[in-house]
Amino acid sequence: MKSPEIQSREYRQLICTACPMGCTLEAEKEGDLIQVKGGRCQRGGKYAQDEITNPRRVMTTTCVMEGGELRRLPIRTTQPFPKNRMDDFMTFMTTVRVSAPVFCGDIIVSNVLGEGIDVIATRTIRKKQPAP
Amino acid sequence: MPRDIEAEVVVIGGGPAGMAAAHSAWEQGAKSVFLLEREKYLGGILNQCIHPGFGLQVFGEELTGPEYASRYIEKLGKTGVQVMTETAVLDLEPSRTIRTVCPRGVHEFHARSVILSMGCREKTRGMIMIPGTRPAGIYTAGLAQYLVNIEGYLPGRKVVILGSGDIGLIMARRLSLEGVTVEAVVEVRNSLSGLVRNYVQCLLDFDLPLLLSHTVTGIVGKERLEGVLVSQVDERWHPVPGTERFLECDTLLLSVGLIPENEISQKAGISLSPISRGPYVDETFATDVDGFYACGNVASVFDLVDYVTFVSQKAGEAAASHRPRGKVRFVLQVGVGTGLVIPQRIRNIEEGILFIRPSQGFRETQIIFRKRDEVFARKKTPICRPSEMIRIDIPSIPWPPEGGEVTIEITGNPIQGI
Ligand SMILES: Cc1cc2nc3c(=O)[nH]c(=O)nc-3n(C[C@H](O)[C@H](O)[C@H](O)COP(=O)(O)OP(=O)(O)OC[C@H]3O[C@@H](n4cnc5c(N)ncnc54)[C@H](O)[C@@H]3O)c2cc1C
Ligand code: SF4
Repeated sequence: MKSPEIQSREYRQLICTACPMGCTLEAEKEGDLIQVKGGRCQRGGKYAQDEITNPRRVMTTTCVMEGGELRRLPIRTTQPFPKNRMDDFMTFMTTVRVSAPVFCGDIIVSNVLGEGIDVIATRTIRKKQPAP
Repeated sequence: MPRDIEAEVVVIGGGPAGMAAAHSAWEQGAKSVFLLEREKYLGGILNQCIHPGFGLQVFGEELTGPEYASRYIEKLGKTGVQVMTETAVLDLEPSRTIRTVCPRGVHEFHARSVILSMGCREKTRGMIMIPGTRPAGIYTAGLAQYLVNIEGYLPGRKVVILGSGDIGLIMARRLSLEGVTVEAVVEVRNSLSGLVRNYVQCLLDFDLPLLLSHTVTGIVGKERLEGVLVSQVDERWHPVPGTERFLECDTLLLSVGLIPENEISQKAGISLSPISRGPYVDETFATDVDGFYACGNVASVFDLVDYVTFVSQKAGEAAASHRPRGKVRFVLQVGVGTGLVIPQRIRNIEEGILFIRPSQGFRETQIIFRKRDEVFARKKTPICRPSEMIRIDIPSIPWPPEGGEVTIEITGNPIQGI
């Protein structure tokens, strides 16, 4: 989010998270060309490319559950979502209300914020039974 | 339901450990399997871990905690395992008598095998002795996780987190996403405790500062927390005079470790290791009392739910097979560089997995197996960190023909920083 964006001919240090080694990568970007040094394997290059050109994260949070045994429904995106739109995603999810029952895997929002990615429920929540 | 219940296998605790153990005991052919859980829902701590990172090894895809639990609840639904929720175990006897209380009353189970899978609880402020007043606003990270993810409450507006383990890192991200300011994550060690991936995705993604070699040395505030005093520490974790400074915050989260929950295990006469804080177990997760097994976080704090599932399947199979146990052949001790090893006992070298936690991070790591002065096995791995257990198959080690006491040491180039 706040991390500095690459301009033309820029250096950037990244930590590769593609495996537990956690190599420190030095990425140099000139125009569209990105050169990566410091990784112990090929995957570091791919990781740096993705992190610089199109960083994405799977988003998880909760939304309001109505009439359910629990008050909050946990959700996630089905695919990694653009990192620079995380705030938009969180703001949008505060407007979503779901009625019970809901099943783990149900689609809650399709094509969220026009990104072509769905939001699914990650837990089954039954209807709240009225007190006897 | 009668007051007295005869059962082949009783599993205590319905988290991922208990669910996997009950499932595999049933698959192994046990006729009556009971799974007892004191909460309303199965799943244990997974229900509040809504972030991804679970199940890559067991299900081959990355799930969130509640999804992982759902998968197992579904698997259990296809068996004859009798699940009793809102059922707390109050007492255990070495004769494998189990006393429970639930909304339907009090029951006494008589079991051929008992599997302990009660999980762990969090260390609190009292256990780490932070001086100062006792204002509101100090929570364990797991309690805050419960409040945010299950109840939908935010614990405060401005937060300091003590401890850079995964639960602390995950909460730093969770709160940042919810608009809470995270002032700093404070870590007494000179290196990160949690996973590098969590450092990147939970701290760097949000520009959150990590203060290594620092600790909280004071609490400020009367009714509500107003801030904490933070100091640098030396190699022996003593605060360095003159480095103390004030960080304003209304909430302090403690992510300073977990302790296996073994109050009732002790009532059954099971002895606990001072290192794992759980029962001494062998490669099938049998304890030192006949017919009692312990798996998952009650045996030792595991970082990956996938590992919890593996060891619990093993315990479930063994508990259902009622095989007579052989003699203990090897007793494993932790040596230099090793924080923990589980299991601590080996009866049969032909099965099972050793989980070893290094006491600090190393590159170019060697794991050394020593019997008295003789090194009989060395294993190499490029890197190890305290946040990830090293896995070694027991049959892959050239154990010496005579049993005895074995010490496990870890050496390498120490990792500092990240
Ligand atoms: C606060 C916290 C946060 C965590 N966050 C993560 C994370 O983000 N990622 C990760 O990979 N791992 C995390 N872990 C580790 C996680 O606990 C393990 O991966 C796994 O959930 C352990 O499973 P378990 O079944 O052994 O224990 P648990 O999931 O704790 O389940 C134990 C169950 O036993 C029940 N129980 C206890 N005592 C009794 C009794 N007397 N009678 C009846 N039932 C009883 C409890 O109610 C609970 O449901 C976290 C652990 C804690 C404590
Ligand atoms: S560069 Fe290769 S070895 Fe290094 S962290 Fe990335 S995936 Fe692992």
